[in-house]
Amino acid sequence: MSADQSPKIVIVDESPVRAAILEEGLREAGFTQVVHIREMQSLLARIYAVDPDIILIDLENPSRDVLEAMFQVSRAVKRPIAMFVDQSDSASIQASVEAGVSAYIVDGLKKERIKPILDLCVSRFNAFAKLQEELERTKSQLEDRKIIEKAKGILMKIKGLTEDEAYVLLRSTAMREKKKIGEIAQSIITASEMLK
Amino acid sequence: MTASLRIGFIPLVDAAALIVAVDKGFAAAEGLEVELVREVSWSNVRDKLNIGLFDAAHLLAPVAIASSLGLGHVKVPIAAPFNLGINGNAITVSPALHATLMEVIDGDRFDPLATAKALAKVVAIRRKAGAEPLTFGMTFPFSTHNYQLRYWMAAAGVDPDEDVRLVVLPPPYMVDSLRSGHVDAFCVGAPWNSIAVDLGVGHILHFVSDILAHAAEKVLALRQVWADKNPDVVAALVRAAVQAAQFIENPDNLTEAAQILAQPERLAVDAELIQRSLTGRLKISPDGAVRESDRYLLVGREGAGRPDPVQAAWLYAQMVRWGQTALSGEALRTAMAVFRPDVYDAALGRRGDDLASTPVGAFAGPPFDVRDIAGYLASFEVGRRAP
Repeated sequence: MSADQSPKIVIVDESPVRAAILEEGLREAGFTQVVHIREMQSLLARIYAVDPDIILIDLENPSRDVLEAMFQVSRAVKRPIAMFVDQSDSASIQASVEAGVSAYIVDGLKKERIKPILDLCVSRFNAFAKLQEELERTKSQLEDRKIIEKAKGILMKIKGLTEDEAYVLLRSTAMREKKKIGEIAQSIITASEMLK
Repeated sequence: MTASLRIGFIPLVDAAALIVAVDKGFAAAEGLEVELVREVSWSNVRDKLNIGLFDAAHLLAPVAIASSLGLGHVKVPIAAPFNLGINGNAITVSPALHATLMEVIDGDRFDPLATAKALAKVVAIRRKAGAEPLTFGMTFPFSTHNYQLRYWMAAAGVDPDEDVRLVVLPPPYMVDSLRSGHVDAFCVGAPWNSIAVDLGVGHILHFVSDILAHAAEKVLALRQVWADKNPDVVAALVRAAVQAAQFIENPDNLTEAAQILAQPERLAVDAELIQRSLTGRLKISPDGAVRESDRYLLVGREGAGRPDPVQAAWLYAQMVRWGQTALSGEALRTAMAVFRPDVYDAALGRRGDDLASTPVGAFAGPPFDVRDIAGYLASFEVGRRAP
């Protein structure tokens, strides 16, 4: 690999979304040679076929242990494979492990060249985690809204309230009890089901 | 004293003493508040222990040694004050390979020398026919499984690097890979062998206790620096593990121990499967044949919990035999120093320096001599040397 050429990067990740986010980030940063491997069968053979300079793998992927085999003296390895990241660079190992990504750097790639890639991975992995968290939150908000609608309906029917009055009652009860409005709504639904 | 610890484990039966120590309250009684974290790969367990995300871990004994020697990865000295398991692995082969081996075998099918010789015949037949070499799955380059498979086949002249293929497979992928024909056999810990048998895709050919009578398998691993700074916490953790191991080994507690391990956030498999491994009474064939051994897996009994540096030396010798590292007196001392019977003894408040070492007890080859590893290794016909 010449110094100015973009290193060949393999992403091993079973999540297509995260891999896409990562790949996009790498391309934006000017790393044009990116290959995503999703299929874990014959992983080593695929990696050998691509012959990458850097392998990025999701830490929740059990196939990490398969990659470790490449570090070993073996006839199958075409050339020696170097380290994770530099031994002294424990901060960047820690950041990447905490974010959930691990990088294997093949033979002779300079540390200055891997650092931006790993930093990028860490921020993209964190971004992905945040995205998922937001998705979860939106989902639970939607869930809450459905429950509140249902509870309002019950209150309107039983107490003869308008929709606005039912909502105000829910909200003031939640504030008084120091609970979430969704929780109050849920208890109304549960209670009304028990009383059926 | 109270301390909070994060401890990583891989969902295998030999994490039993650690899991029971936490879930049955032995750790809490010692003032330890432990969060157990289930992991998916040995690389993760090692890295998270090394960088301090874990305070302790359920770890393959050879990985602990490799970490202290800086083999395959960054060098982080590890201390192992408790042995989580002795033995516990098995070799499972596909029904097709099993049938072929049984056709050519000369002798008792539970005799590892007879099966290894049968394997040598199958290898020769396949080579003559121009067939692909047989593929064996194991869990990690620095694993007992790797060394046990190699020891077994090499005894009959099968060169594990020339005559067959050895590939690393994560344990959860073993059974599928055997079914799909991706591998012809594998060596792994419980409960994966039993799962393959139950699904009808494998025959347990050997308990590893057929090959080695007494082999250190997993250890409770700590960063040495951390262990030195926290002697009281380490002692409490060792005592909790010792009590858990005693609990597990009591036949009256078998069902409860298996149920604790079976929980979704622990091993997440059927308690009955776990019970088989704990009792050493295993279904070995899809037709229902059962085999029993009181040496299948030792959790604490016969002094199994006390680390024996001679076991570490034996594992180091395997690394040298298969070219993973060169032989040196310094490296040998480093490897042996990973296993810490002194810490174990101190935790239990006793002197253990008069205890004799239990031999590894290999089915073939010379007895292991820790004072002459070069001589010991020279007596094997098959082996590699580090370049």
